[in-house]
Amino acid sequence: MTPALLVLEDGRTFRGTAYGAVGETFGEAVFNTGMTGYQETLTDPSYHRQVVVMTAPHIGNTGVNDEDPESSRIWVSGYVVRDPARIPSSWRSRRTLDEELEAQGVVGISGVDTRALTRHLRERGAMKVGVFSGDHLADVDALVSKVQDSPPMQGADLAHEVTTDKPYVVPAVGEKRFTVAALDLGIKAATPRYMAQQGVEVHVLPATTTGQELLALEPDGVFLSNGPGDPATTDGPVEATRAVLDAGVPLFGICFGNQILGRALGLGTYKLRYGHRGVNQPVQELRTGRVHVTSHNHGFAVDAPTDGTPIDTPYGRVEVSHVDLNDDVVEGLNLLDAKAFSVQYHPEAAPGPHDATGLFQQFTKMMEA
Amino acid sequence: MPKREDLKHVLVIGSGPILIGQAAEFDYSGTQACRVLKAEGLRVTLINSNPATIMTDPEFADATYLEPITPEFVTKIIEKERPDALLATLGGQTALNAAMSLHEAGVLEQYGVELIGADVDAIRRGEDRQEFKTIVEQVGGESARSVVCHTTDELLAGVKDLGYPVVVRPSFTMGGSGGGIAHNEADLLRIGGGGLHASVTTEVLLEESILGWKEYELELMRDKNDNVVVICSIENLDPMGVHTGDSVTVAPAMTLTDREYQAMRDLAIAIIRAVGVDTGGCNIQFAVNPDDGRIVVIEMNPRVSRSSALASKATGFPIAKIAARLAIGYTLDEIPNDITRETPSAFEPSLDYVVGKIPRFSFEKFPGADRELTTTMKSVGEAMAIGRSFVEALQKAMRSLEQTPSQFWLEPDPAGTAQDALDLARTPHDMRLLTVERALRLGATPEQVYDATGIDPWFVDQLLSLVELHAKLKDAPDLDVDLLRLAKRMGCSDKQIAAVRGLTEQQVRAARHETGVRPVYKTVDTCAAEFAAETPYHYSSYDEETEVQPSDKRKLLILGSGPNRIGQGIEFDYACVHASFALSDAGFETVMVNCNPETVSTDYDTSDRLYFEPLTVEDVLEVVAAEQESARQGGGELVGVIVQLGGQTPLRLAQELKDCGVPIVGTSPEAIHLAEERGAFGDVLAAAGLPAPKYGMARSYDEAKQIAESVGYPVLVRPSYVLGGRGMEIVYSDDMLVDYVQRSTLIGPDAPVLVDRFLEDAVEIDVDALYDGTDRYLAGVMEHIEEAGIHSGDSACALPPVTLGRADLERIRTSTLGIASGVGVRGLLNVQYALKDDVLYVLEANPRASRTVPFVSKATAVQVAKAAARIMLGTSIADLRGEGLLPKSGDGGDLPYDAPISVKEAVLPFGRFRTAAGEGVDTVLGPEMKSTGEVMGIDRVFGTAYAKSQAAAYGELPTKGRVFVSVANRDKRAVLFPVKRLADLGFEVLATEGTADVLRRNGVEATVVGKHSHGKGDDVVPMILAGEVDLILNTPFGVGARKDGYEIRTAAVARGVPCITTVQGAAACVQGIEALVRGDIGVRSLQEHHASFHWGEA
Repeated sequence: MTPALLVLEDGRTFRGTAYGAVGETFGEAVFNTGMTGYQETLTDPSYHRQVVVMTAPHIGNTGVNDEDPESSRIWVSGYVVRDPARIPSSWRSRRTLDEELEAQGVVGISGVDTRALTRHLRERGAMKVGVFSGDHLADVDALVSKVQDSPPMQGADLAHEVTTDKPYVVPAVGEKRFTVAALDLGIKAATPRYMAQQGVEVHVLPATTTGQELLALEPDGVFLSNGPGDPATTDGPVEATRAVLDAGVPLFGICFGNQILGRALGLGTYKLRYGHRGVNQPVQELRTGRVHVTSHNHGFAVDAPTDGTPIDTPYGRVEVSHVDLNDDVVEGLNLLDAKAFSVQYHPEAAPGPHDATGLFQQFTKMMEA
Repeated sequence: MPKREDLKHVLVIGSGPILIGQAAEFDYSGTQACRVLKAEGLRVTLINSNPATIMTDPEFADATYLEPITPEFVTKIIEKERPDALLATLGGQTALNAAMSLHEAGVLEQYGVELIGADVDAIRRGEDRQEFKTIVEQVGGESARSVVCHTTDELLAGVKDLGYPVVVRPSFTMGGSGGGIAHNEADLLRIGGGGLHASVTTEVLLEESILGWKEYELELMRDKNDNVVVICSIENLDPMGVHTGDSVTVAPAMTLTDREYQAMRDLAIAIIRAVGVDTGGCNIQFAVNPDDGRIVVIEMNPRVSRSSALASKATGFPIAKIAARLAIGYTLDEIPNDITRETPSAFEPSLDYVVGKIPRFSFEKFPGADRELTTTMKSVGEAMAIGRSFVEALQKAMRSLEQTPSQFWLEPDPAGTAQDALDLARTPHDMRLLTVERALRLGATPEQVYDATGIDPWFVDQLLSLVELHAKLKDAPDLDVDLLRLAKRMGCSDKQIAAVRGLTEQQVRAARHETGVRPVYKTVDTCAAEFAAETPYHYSSYDEETEVQPSDKRKLLILGSGPNRIGQGIEFDYACVHASFALSDAGFETVMVNCNPETVSTDYDTSDRLYFEPLTVEDVLEVVAAEQESARQGGGELVGVIVQLGGQTPLRLAQELKDCGVPIVGTSPEAIHLAEERGAFGDVLAAAGLPAPKYGMARSYDEAKQIAESVGYPVLVRPSYVLGGRGMEIVYSDDMLVDYVQRSTLIGPDAPVLVDRFLEDAVEIDVDALYDGTDRYLAGVMEHIEEAGIHSGDSACALPPVTLGRADLERIRTSTLGIASGVGVRGLLNVQYALKDDVLYVLEANPRASRTVPFVSKATAVQVAKAAARIMLGTSIADLRGEGLLPKSGDGGDLPYDAPISVKEAVLPFGRFRTAAGEGVDTVLGPEMKSTGEVMGIDRVFGTAYAKSQAAAYGELPTKGRVFVSVANRDKRAVLFPVKRLADLGFEVLATEGTADVLRRNGVEATVVGKHSHGKGDDVVPMILAGEVDLILNTPFGVGARKDGYEIRTAAVARGVPCITTVQGAAACVQGIEALVRGDIGVRSLQEHHASFHWGEA
């Protein structure tokens, strides 16, 4: 039982016990309300440089298996839970979550009143946080200054830190119908998997790939992935997106990709107070009124009117296609005069509901047309 | 797309009496539905025969019919009311079955009534096992391999493929009634045969056994735009093989990865779409093979269910309320989430806590009943608790059960080794958790426990963590603050800690308060704190931050009645809910404390604040402290705690709460004691000059015999410290007394028995009254139909009393005043009298809400519980008369001659229980209460009211056919007249020899049948089983399950033949049959009945 301390930049602290690796870590404190899927969450590159607070009290119950990770490593910079499992129970489990966190050097803390912490973040907004244990525990004031001195999320360009070093290909399942160039800004494994199931051969390319390089593959479509950081600072992919739009190649974006498309169209982005992170967000498709329960992980959003009026852009008219019913945040964009659309949420789920997987078919239909 | 404009008038069908498998949860759902529909401006017509429900309060519908939920009566109501639509998905299986019958009879079509929520095809697809199986396969799911059977031969053929053990599931029944697990051919014939009978379609399913698999349930909702959301996942701690109603369950699911959960969710959504539940809720059960994750779909309920009530309380998402809105055309995104107010209902709740539910059983009421848990539900109630961890929720739920033993470590362990405990745990039984914990504590390994029980290793490990805590608590030199906090965080009560440390509960509490180890109160908010909650729905936890808001109001804490059990059912919840409404109207802030997820009181809409907490002194004291702190911060005041309305549960806490300085409003704990303690109460009666049956207290057989001789046989004997009629029997002779003393394990030097003179053939009278210190108000005088000696809860009664004269009523009035003032009542008082040989004996008095309060309220058009709550807070009866809450003049003891007659009839659960050998349990009524619920029949005259009550409880009384009569010698004279009348009405009479002789001599032709005990096969039992008998009059031969009577009554229960076991009941029954034969039974709404009282006029 190694004591640990969670310190927020505004000076509030929570005591607990070290979980995973002992040490210190910094990041943006965010909370996730999903009741399942911790393994997918931990390995989602979009959580890079974030300390994730799980609102579900019991974490680690099903251990860690080899099938569920969404990337090759855990990306969260710290992990905050209330009651870690003492033993895992699942026929697929290979090791405990505690062991996995420790093996990957992820500093965590358990025994925290995560609900109190979540309420604090809800009221004050996502903020900088540090988790300290072992030799790193020190005078609280000193720790608070350390946290305050750590880099902020706003203005952080992080895609290049999580993207693949070199291109790789995910082959189509069954007969190959299309080639898609996917710009990896922090892509999750489930996304190319869903595309592959539609007969798409996915060429996953580093975040630094330019528009010309993308088009040089002569893809049937281009995909903009999810990823961490502030979209306002991610200029390269925005330029690449404009090149794709200019070329008239069908384009689909998810999450960060939605923000990149928005910026390419000339729309602004802004930071949400505490973001959407969970698997229960109601998203309404404005055209049909249908509501999907969707998986979310975003701290930023596109700034656009949600009353359904199309906006003129250099690439023709764009409409907000989806909104979050909880807070009316833009959850999707659809170009009326070009072949491009994007959503802010995660149709690939992992974790979360599969309500919106139809979007992958929509993408292939667009490539067919 | 808001609500449909073509619907103006909706008929809602309730679920009728409380039964095992269909209980208070349907009052909760129905009440929500009626409220919503009325608020939407629709005319609401309601039918429900259960008077103890909130939904049948006249203000919840425009026309409320307390009529039997049979196709005949519902048809009459449809004819009269002409509703546009019928909503049948909120009244359990009863409502669904009634709707199906109405459809099949063409009634819905004839009157143009649209079935909303789920249509006939959807109901059939969801409920018919074969159709459902086909759908599961179509959407890519798997079902257990199975065979549908309609005959015994098909059962035997089917099992050849599937092998034993095999699961038997009848179609169209609730709570798994008639189902079970057959391990061999004898089991199969018994369970399968019963199942064929229990199913309205004579259909059972034989199914491959998936015993031991993990069991899950998902609660879903769908709207007309095909939006589907999953409200809650529930995991059963007890693996497959135990009915989910009898299982310890946990929400959310604890041992699924996202992949497996989503696979289940995908299947569930595909199923609800394919079945075609248009709008509303349903639940779907799954089994998961723990070795490879194979998912098998078990079944669905295309309606709101017990689980959906639990899910609503567990998540804060009000399924029934939303279902009602969806049924009239709204979509999920158009309905705001009550709790956040800003976000819509089109989402899936996220929980940042754990919910545990534990069933409560009443096996002690049914001697001989097999306690093994199977796929037939046997529990009579449940407790739910919320904690920030599984062990915290589990331990809170365990102490919420209020049973001994129900908490770990309080009682000494039974003898035996770890292996003994493991062997015991192998068979699912009531409170198996205690056995499992004991096994682990005695050294069994988690693997051994898993092998023995199939309980998931994660849960076993959680129990192991408690075993480890026990060792720490036991071995630690001091109970330091860290250890104390750890134990509290893991959900231990002060009592448990005290038991392990050899301290008193008070010492632990003092230590805790000194070191500041106090609970905080979190909020159930549907969204894991993502959005601010506007509804103060709280639970305690030993965590850091409390969320109770300051309040500037004057407030009252109302203690509810905990889990339903036989003897303490929803009648008490009704009183608590009424108090909450009345006090809210009077300007108080109301704070409800309760732990029963089935009830209206635990609806967050009912009171201003809700604490979902166990009803123990410790838990209540902490809530009081939290509310006092809230008042201190906000400038409000905690006026006091109401303990009189929730039955024995809160009453038992009264003295200790008062001793801890908590203000108790209404009747003081001292006054309560005065009424409950025999000696003290005797003094009150003596002072008022009121007679009571002679009695004495015995510690041995000799003493008992002596008392019996001095007071005279028959005597009523019972253990002195047991409540609710437990172990109570009527004894007619020395021999029987010896037998009682030998059988009873409850007697000894430290546990005396009370021996009362039993007043045979007396008329028992139940009185509910109000007293404010000066005035009394007789709320209702009820005359029991059965003689004294049958527990008042099991006895039918009539209000106004049908045979009492004015002088009798006047004596009752005076006596009740004497008791009320002598005891010092402020609020409600229930008195039971026995009238014999013109002497009015006082049997007992209870200074609290009684089981009959809702019945009296409905029968007399006066909101008795509301008035009581106001009196407890100091308003006088005179003022309440002025205000209109009580009649301007007159009272329930002085009803006009043309007042309607109301009859209450009890509903008994005998059909649920079997002995280990598979035989039925005895159905004789006695001083120990056995009924689970009640119905009300109301009409202008007694006969029709009685007939309605019987139709509501058992199905229609027969108007022709065969009646079998077999009565004890002492009853032969009394039964003559009713039997003669039946013969005149054209019934064929069968009788045993002795009875037949008496009948013939008096001019009634009777066919003689043999005695079953003679074993010649010419007796009535095979005839009953063959469906050749339509009515049975069989009074017990003295006391005890004598063979013949037992067999006859058991057969009657098996075939659903009305079986009258008292002479008085026989007379009433004949009046009812006469009314049916005359055919002048109509329907009349409660509102119409109530208008005839003219209470408003001075």
